[in-house]
Amino acid sequence: MRGSGWSLRRRLTLTLIGGAAVLAILFYLVVRTYAQGIAQQSQDRILEASVTSLMDAAVVRGGQIELDLPYAAFSMLDTAADDRVFYAIHQGDVLLSGYEGLSSGPFAPMGEPRFATRGFAGGDVRVATLTHSLPASPRPVLLTVSVAQTRDSLSGTLLTISINAAVFGAVFFLLAAGMALWTSASTLRPLGQIAASVARRGPSDLRPVTRSVPTELSPLVTSFNALMTRLSHSLTQSETFIAEAAHRVRTPLATVRSHAEVTLMRVDKDENRQALRSMIRAIDESSRAAGQLLDHAMVTFRGDQLDKQDVDLVSICSDIVDRLTPVAEMMDLDLTISSDGPVPVQADPILVQNAVRNLVDNALKYSSAESVVHIHVSAQPGPSITVTDQGIGFPKDQIELLSQRFQRGDNARDTVGSGLGLTIAKDVAEAHGGRLELKNLEAGGACAVLYF
Amino acid sequence: MKYLLIEDNAELAAALCDRMRLDGHVIDHAATLSEGADFLHVGDYDLILLDIMLPDGDGRGFLERHRARQDDTPVIVLTARSEVSDRVGMLDLGADDYLTKPFDHAELQARCRAVMRRRAGAAQTVIRRGTVALNPVASVLTVGSNETTLRNRELRLLELFMNAPGQIFSKDKLVDRLFSYDDTVTENAIEVYVGRLRKHLEGSSVTISTHRGLGYRLDEG
Amino acid sequence: MRSLVLLVAMIWAPFVWAADLEDRQMFEGAAAETTLRVISSTDTDIFAPILEGFLAQRPDLRIDYAVAGSADIVTLIADCPDCYDIAISSAMDLQLKLANDGLARRLSGLEQTAGTQWRQTLFGFTLEPATIVLNRAAFAGRPVPETRQQLIEAVRADPAHFRGRLGTYDVRLSGLGYLFATQDARTSETYWRLMEVFGSLDARLYCCSGDMIDDLAKGDLFVAYNVLGSYASTRPETRDKVAIITPSDFATTMMRTALVLDATGEEAAATDLVAYLTQGAWADAAQPEYPLPSIGVSDPARLNVVSLEPGLLVYLDRLKRQIFLEAWTSALVR
Repeated sequence: MRGSGWSLRRRLTLTLIGGAAVLAILFYLVVRTYAQGIAQQSQDRILEASVTSLMDAAVVRGGQIELDLPYAAFSMLDTAADDRVFYAIHQGDVLLSGYEGLSSGPFAPMGEPRFATRGFAGGDVRVATLTHSLPASPRPVLLTVSVAQTRDSLSGTLLTISINAAVFGAVFFLLAAGMALWTSASTLRPLGQIAASVARRGPSDLRPVTRSVPTELSPLVTSFNALMTRLSHSLTQSETFIAEAAHRVRTPLATVRSHAEVTLMRVDKDENRQALRSMIRAIDESSRAAGQLLDHAMVTFRGDQLDKQDVDLVSICSDIVDRLTPVAEMMDLDLTISSDGPVPVQADPILVQNAVRNLVDNALKYSSAESVVHIHVSAQPGPSITVTDQGIGFPKDQIELLSQRFQRGDNARDTVGSGLGLTIAKDVAEAHGGRLELKNLEAGGACAVLYF
Repeated sequence: MKYLLIEDNAELAAALCDRMRLDGHVIDHAATLSEGADFLHVGDYDLILLDIMLPDGDGRGFLERHRARQDDTPVIVLTARSEVSDRVGMLDLGADDYLTKPFDHAELQARCRAVMRRRAGAAQTVIRRGTVALNPVASVLTVGSNETTLRNRELRLLELFMNAPGQIFSKDKLVDRLFSYDDTVTENAIEVYVGRLRKHLEGSSVTISTHRGLGYRLDEG
Repeated sequence: MRSLVLLVAMIWAPFVWAADLEDRQMFEGAAAETTLRVISSTDTDIFAPILEGFLAQRPDLRIDYAVAGSADIVTLIADCPDCYDIAISSAMDLQLKLANDGLARRLSGLEQTAGTQWRQTLFGFTLEPATIVLNRAAFAGRPVPETRQQLIEAVRADPAHFRGRLGTYDVRLSGLGYLFATQDARTSETYWRLMEVFGSLDARLYCCSGDMIDDLAKGDLFVAYNVLGSYASTRPETRDKVAIITPSDFATTMMRTALVLDATGEEAAATDLVAYLTQGAWADAAQPEYPLPSIGVSDPARLNVVSLEPGLLVYLDRLKRQIFLEAWTSALVR
């Protein structure tokens, strides 16, 4: 899911911005083309007027054309950019006057002037050409008048319009891009809000999302809620199942163990007693293993989704001391705790509890009678919990391996335990960004330190 | 001490009752919550052992009602669930302690004693033999006017002897009772504890005698 | 380029006469290195103060100043487009045609109002009305005409007195004369009536203003029509003998224009000279009053200024010129 390469927001933004860019370019092109058309048309109208006025001024006298050019024919071509003007007057195909090469025959009579754009005298010109057949005897005379004008003014106008269109297009694009950013952000905000509210939840919060969401998101949220309901249901079911299974197994085990204890008090024969003892130890071992497996599963589960709270390590450890004091007493052990005042941290209390309980459990198991198991909670240099005992200590060559799953010290073969305790403590420490340190005390005994 | 056990599993209940009685305790057994309520209605108990899953309801509901009645009889919950999930709920609802099945009977006794000790107002039985008085809850031995606090194993050993004066306990059985069926503990360990008890009992009318090949016995002078 | 030159040569065919330089002088700057070649229709003595004023500012330049008739200038340039850097002429139509046909270079950095320049190629730098110059002695005791109509009446009143004593440009030879004539004709029919009168009294035709003013001063001529007043007023020996009248009906006014030829190799220096003509010369307090009227001082409203526009090309058309000259000849030449 994570980092799969594309973002809905980026896609939406890019689509909107891309659309705006296409629209802006389209706008620019359309305006430019339209303006070009209009400008060309207006130049053509003037050229047409010029050509027509020249044509009107022509008379045929004795088979020869006389053309008294009206002043206005050219002065009307005056433009802001002072465009250059060229013209050519042909009788038949013969140039009577004007510029050679501007237009060339053969010419045929036409009703409307013909327009063309071409290069002439070092620039682009628009040429209007009109050919009329003038009545004369013995035969009509073909008169062709061409007037050409450079396109500087047109280009200037076009440039102005193009710049304006480009500026407008750019402004439109910038506004649209801003709108796109805003739109995509605001459109996707509910999604982000839902994601954030779901992410903020604790590991066991499987309530449906009830906040109001946009219509488009409601199928997603509905599916999500349905999933949550199913998940919650199935979690409840498995919890019930595990509880039921534990109940079904642990209760008979308890029955057997109690019977065995009673029987052990009554029988005298050595081999029978031996068998009963083995039975009791086997029951204890399997019960402890089941408990630690469940603990470990829980640590793994919660480790992914820490339910961090403001907790005081001292008060957590004091609870554990209260809880385990009866067990310690049974073994004639002293379970003590010391601290330099409260040690507040951000942590998942259930995990910390589990880790410390397992460490203390271990310490109690490996201590010899009438010794002390001590918990020290310290805030300096960082928050830490130290559990020390006065027992046999960790096997020197296996300190590293010890906290690996199911590893047990060589020198602990005879003590009931699954070996998961240190692994649990280590996992909890690492889930909180800390570590578990194991060492042997010089005065003898093991020392386990949980750093947070 | 008088216990009420509320437990639907008849086999476990029978074994537990058997075990408790062997230690000289009085114990009544109720198979359902309503039966348990009936027992509580007519009798006084020092401590209630409560199973959490019962045919006619959840033990938690019982706990709530129990505390609502202002009944301060301590309750130890026996649960088959894993430690974590029930712990907080149990203690919040007013259980004094809890124990996960299967459990060591010695641990049950230790927890019972701890609970009783916390409730200083609760009745505290004192076992008396001659000039010796033993308060198992407070773990205090009184010889004449001389009070000694005993370590747990000394206490449990002495409690055994004082509950059954004249009975011979084999070293083997004593090891099992004191060391939770630990194979590695030798019978010599018992001699150490017996030696300590003898020292505590000096000057009293009570002695612990050695019966070679058989074990130890408490004699009242 | 060659085809363009050829093209231009052909277009100018109607104006091709034997074209000769009337004068040629070198103006040396104090530390002259670069030569600017100027071809001009303005007499050297009239233009000399301006050139000297310019060279005072640009001592690194030397000016090769050649004088030719305005029509000849066109021919000379058509024959050799890269023989000159700058063309200065009073014949606005011919200058405009040079620019229109692509022989002038567009200059940047010269700012001038739209009416006095064309395409940043052609720059007007004086405003000079065509005037009627009279010999004072000949008009002694007679009313001095202020308009063309009054001139017609004055001449008709005593044809014998004026016969052979009227002069004007031979528009077939003078580019400026042709410009004034065509613009007069465009403006008013009075022109033709005046020419009819001139023609009927054997008017004398001149190629150049100078000759006309000389004859006026000598008393050979009583009336010169369409003469540049500035020419007459600059000559001390004639100043008292003639009266310069700016017609009050309308005064056709031309701009003396300058353009830089596209083939020039000295664009920067040429541009500086044009800039000096259009802006610097009359603002140069160190210089004495120049003989030519600044483009800025005259009152344009009173004057019928010929505007720089494509319309000027009309009278240069072969057919149009033919028609005009036929009408003119039939009026003047008997």
